[in-house]
Amino acid sequence: MKMTGGQIICDCLVKEGVDTIYGILGGAILPLYDTLPQFPQLHHILVRHEQCAAHAAEGYARATGKVGVCFATSGPGATNLVTGIANAYLDSTAMVAITGQVARRFIGKDAFQEIDITGITLPITKHNYLVRDGAQLAKVMKEAFYIARTGRPGPVLIDVPKDVFTEQVEYHSPGKVDLPNFKPTMKGHPAQIQKAAKMINEARKPVIIAGRGVIISNASPELKELAEKSQIPVVTTLLGISSFPESHVLSYRWIGMHGMGYANMAVNNADLVIAIGMRFDDRATAEVSGFASHAKIIHIDIDPAEIGKNVPVDVPIVGDVKAVLGPLNKLVEAAQRGEWLKQLDDWRREHPSTDIRETSSILPQYVINQIYHNTNGDATIVTGVGQQQMWAAQHYTYNHPNTFISSGGLGTMGFGLPAAVGVKMGRPEGTVWLIDGDGSFQMTLHELATIQQEKLNIKIAIMNNGFLGMVRQWQELFHGKRYVATPLWGPDFVKLAEAYGIAAVKVRRKDEVIPAIQQAMSYDGPFLIDFGVEPEENVYPMVPPGASLSQFLEMPRKEEALWPQRSTL
Amino acid sequence: MAATKHTLVALVEDRPGVLNRVASLFRRRGFNIQSITVGHSETAGISRMTIVADGTNTSVEQVRKQLDKLVETIKVSDITAEDRVERELALIKVKSTSATRGEIIQIVDVFRANIVDVALDSLTVEVTGDENKMNSLLNLLQAFGIKEVCRTGKIAMTRGIVNPGESSRKQTASEE
Repeated sequence: MKMTGGQIICDCLVKEGVDTIYGILGGAILPLYDTLPQFPQLHHILVRHEQCAAHAAEGYARATGKVGVCFATSGPGATNLVTGIANAYLDSTAMVAITGQVARRFIGKDAFQEIDITGITLPITKHNYLVRDGAQLAKVMKEAFYIARTGRPGPVLIDVPKDVFTEQVEYHSPGKVDLPNFKPTMKGHPAQIQKAAKMINEARKPVIIAGRGVIISNASPELKELAEKSQIPVVTTLLGISSFPESHVLSYRWIGMHGMGYANMAVNNADLVIAIGMRFDDRATAEVSGFASHAKIIHIDIDPAEIGKNVPVDVPIVGDVKAVLGPLNKLVEAAQRGEWLKQLDDWRREHPSTDIRETSSILPQYVINQIYHNTNGDATIVTGVGQQQMWAAQHYTYNHPNTFISSGGLGTMGFGLPAAVGVKMGRPEGTVWLIDGDGSFQMTLHELATIQQEKLNIKIAIMNNGFLGMVRQWQELFHGKRYVATPLWGPDFVKLAEAYGIAAVKVRRKDEVIPAIQQAMSYDGPFLIDFGVEPEENVYPMVPPGASLSQFLEMPRKEEALWPQRSTL
Repeated sequence: MAATKHTLVALVEDRPGVLNRVASLFRRRGFNIQSITVGHSETAGISRMTIVADGTNTSVEQVRKQLDKLVETIKVSDITAEDRVERELALIKVKSTSATRGEIIQIVDVFRANIVDVALDSLTVEVTGDENKMNSLLNLLQAFGIKEVCRTGKIAMTRGIVNPGESSRKQTASEE
């Protein structure tokens, strides 16, 4: 059957199960958009900036487990996608980005809106394609989706010249993907699994560090089985939050620069670390030479290149987390680790890490804790990047898998609002709260238009402190309190929301916090709350740069508690 | 761990952009490539690269794994520890006068190299060999004045074994 390139792309999208596409059109991609009405299964969401098309596609992908899809035109449309693609690359999110390119005869001529986007995205995609022949489109589409979701997920970009969209070619639905050189290892090596089981059975003070790989692999039940069977305490990375219920008796929440002091101490005093679907990011390990120095390390990950990259590993197991934990759990023996768990409980009492002090002003920690209580812990929390992100991770308790969606690896300010668009569309029945900062929010606030246009019932809480707060905290602690370029003017967010037709309230008094949250919850539609919070509040605990994981600073208790006050361990 | 010279062999699909992907990975991970050679392999559609780069064993292993992840790479092996044959080709243009020409030709003969061009004031020498041989000849010719040097970069092949790096790969597989 003869079809145009654009029709082939759309037909392939439908066959891949795609229903939602985020994008902005332009000259080069216009012919593809022209064919969209012929495929009513494809719902296109017009965003206000291509970066947000990629973030929204990522939010959608992370909420649903499907491959996120975004469209952009050539030149600036494609370059605007770059941040969003990089974010998906670093956080291992399956995504296919399709960009228009100038017509084939103009390629290499510096034509209007021509940019070498395959060159630009080379280091931030799992793979990318420039399709110079319409007959290749079907095969490329099939491969792209396969590569994006297989093994460690990631973004794939397909650049399509304008005249390839309109080219009439014979269309055969491609059969199976034939990529002989792309065969990720799914099952763990049995001998390695045996070795790991033996180590776990012999360990006295083991700890599990669970990462986002557990969520991607849907392996929360297997993780729980392992922890319970062998009575192993579980901590997570930032992106591993919600992979293990935080109210569980074996949960010691999460580690890292702003992780729980007791969780960090657990890792650095363990005799065995079982790292599952995580990559020893420097924000999680702190100074790597001091990381878990008493422990043997088992590392389970689907990406062989992550093994031994940052931390030397004793027993590596390459494979899908779910496929590895299944057989591993069979070999692990039931154990009692009362003494070790008691030690952790003692540390948790000594270093509670998330106590909220009594103040008359509004503390962001208090606001987030109230959002937790008023949503019964059932919401999906999306965050921006900065202090609010850390507080959202600390002061909401996550008990359901995949309910904390945040930009980890790239730390992209402005991720929150567009990601929330995708998350809400992926979970239309669920409650979605965006916890953002005034700085982060201002980077992509134009997506309020998308929210209003699509009538998305997203609740937005802005922790408005008038600063680029996380950087201000670093200036306070490490740069002699010189607040260069961090004081931040912002608009009246309530008026702004109203200009977009979105209901909003301003909260400046502590007694208004709970009513505002309840008002947002009972309102049928998007709702924004501008919380004026304590301007110079810091995120604690904090592992200062260069320190090891257990050398965390705690919230100074009184005026006389001078910085740096470090834990003795 | 000290950085040492590593020789990697990569079999890759013969497609536009593949060399860029491979070279880009070395740049991305902070490696300086000393030499890289690309040419056809024994299989149609598959190119063979020989890459020489400095690095510690662990960092080179990291790059090897990253290269292995590229969709268009078939196999990447670090053959540094293997018994192997290495060759490089160089063209060397040496200053010469009627007085020195004879001496240069003698040296070239000892190295079993060839004179491929003669001019009034220069000789062009073609030499094939391993790195030591290249460097020794260049050192000797330096005395006469070298006008131009063009080296191809190293190509390498393990001795007797059909698949380069097979033994080290097996070891890696069992480790993982």
